[in-house]
Amino acid sequence: MRWTNFALAALFVARTAGLLAVAQPAPAAPQARFVVVLDAAHGGDDTGGRLTNGQLEKSFTLATSVRLRSLLAARGIQVVTTRDSDVAVEPNRRAEIANHAQAQACLSLHSSESGSGLHLFVSSLPPAQSVRFPAWKTAQAAWVTRSLKLAGVLNSALLQDGLNVTLGRTSLPAIDSMTCPAVAVEIALVPSPSHETTASLDDKDYQARVAKALAAALVEWRTEAHP
Amino acid sequence: MIPRYQKILFVFLLVAAVVMGAALWRLRERAHQRLIAGQDSAPTSAPAVAQAEQVTLMVANDSDGSLLTQLHSLPLPADPGASARAVLGKLLDIYAAPDAAHPVPGGGGSVIQVFLLPAAVTETDPPAAGRSHARPPSAPSPDEPQTGPQLAVVNLTGSFASSHHSGIETEMLTVLSICGTLHANLPRITQVRFLVDGQQRDTLAGHADLTRTYLAGNAEPTEGAHP
Repeated sequence: MRWTNFALAALFVARTAGLLAVAQPAPAAPQARFVVVLDAAHGGDDTGGRLTNGQLEKSFTLATSVRLRSLLAARGIQVVTTRDSDVAVEPNRRAEIANHAQAQACLSLHSSESGSGLHLFVSSLPPAQSVRFPAWKTAQAAWVTRSLKLAGVLNSALLQDGLNVTLGRTSLPAIDSMTCPAVAVEIALVPSPSHETTASLDDKDYQARVAKALAAALVEWRTEAHP
Repeated sequence: MIPRYQKILFVFLLVAAVVMGAALWRLRERAHQRLIAGQDSAPTSAPAVAQAEQVTLMVANDSDGSLLTQLHSLPLPADPGASARAVLGKLLDIYAAPDAAHPVPGGGGSVIQVFLLPAAVTETDPPAAGRSHARPPSAPSPDEPQTGPQLAVVNLTGSFASSHHSGIETEMLTVLSICGTLHANLPRITQVRFLVDGQQRDTLAGHADLTRTYLAGNAEPTEGAHP
């Protein structure tokens, strides 16, 4: 009798546990990974341009990359950088890092003392069908359409933040070999309301605005990529 | 009394001296004639100045990243290569002016030479990535009469490249304005390549790719003529 009661109790516990297990919500499906590659241009002996405040382009791009990486990490976006210190990285190596990361967005960060506002550049390669083994120097051709869409999202976010944006096409060795939606972002001088450049790139508020706008754009891009 | 043999020797030496003097005089006359003949080919009179022609320059503007068409009057040499060099010289003189909208030091002397070669026939459709772009059989050979499209090889000075402002936009504007200006004045020029001091160079000033061929027709670099 005691054994019968014990068996019934065990059965009750087991069934209850089973019901509980059924009642538990199904574990959420693993979220699709969203990786952003930040490519701080130049570095090491390759100093890039010299900005009006005497700062070197390689230092400015690295600082922007670090700032943007923090903002993206805070928003739960995985970030891969091509360099984290003042080291020289060959263009092919930059593309290798980006391609290995299988990123959903690749931003090549530049700065310039010419022009004003931000310049967004997409590879000038004509769009092509994706092939199994693309040529290294034209690998971006299969991604140009996506890159143009990414540039559009960046453009919208930057304009919404009141920043002056110029869109263009260019030929950069690192970008042309990337197999991801890739955009080169060139940050130029701060435009004044009268459309004349005024301050230098030292303006911390300007840097913060640009970084926040880029981060917001990438969050928007993530939503579009994984609705 | 003078011995007979001395008289004979004296007469012989006298005749020899006269003959040698005559020969020397003749050689002097010949040298003088050659000198006069050489001087005839020297530009003793001022060369006739070629009549001024209207040229179209695609002038870059950093403020909005645009290319503006400007018409100028310029005496052009008959030789197409020299004519192309003269047109580019005028363009770079504008960039070297103090109030230039696209300031680039150097001026017209920055173009060492412009070579014109038969160009490979450009495919109408965008090429797929990874396809080879060897010269097709229909392309004209260097021995054939030059009536088809031409490739212009622009040889720039090293000082021009090293003094050029660094930046994606400013470098691309320089490249595109050169391509557009060449095609506007010499429509047979459909492709442009760049050399710096006679050597291939990776980038103009750290950004614009100089290892590729640019299509001059639309002043947009494309991958169709990748070497």
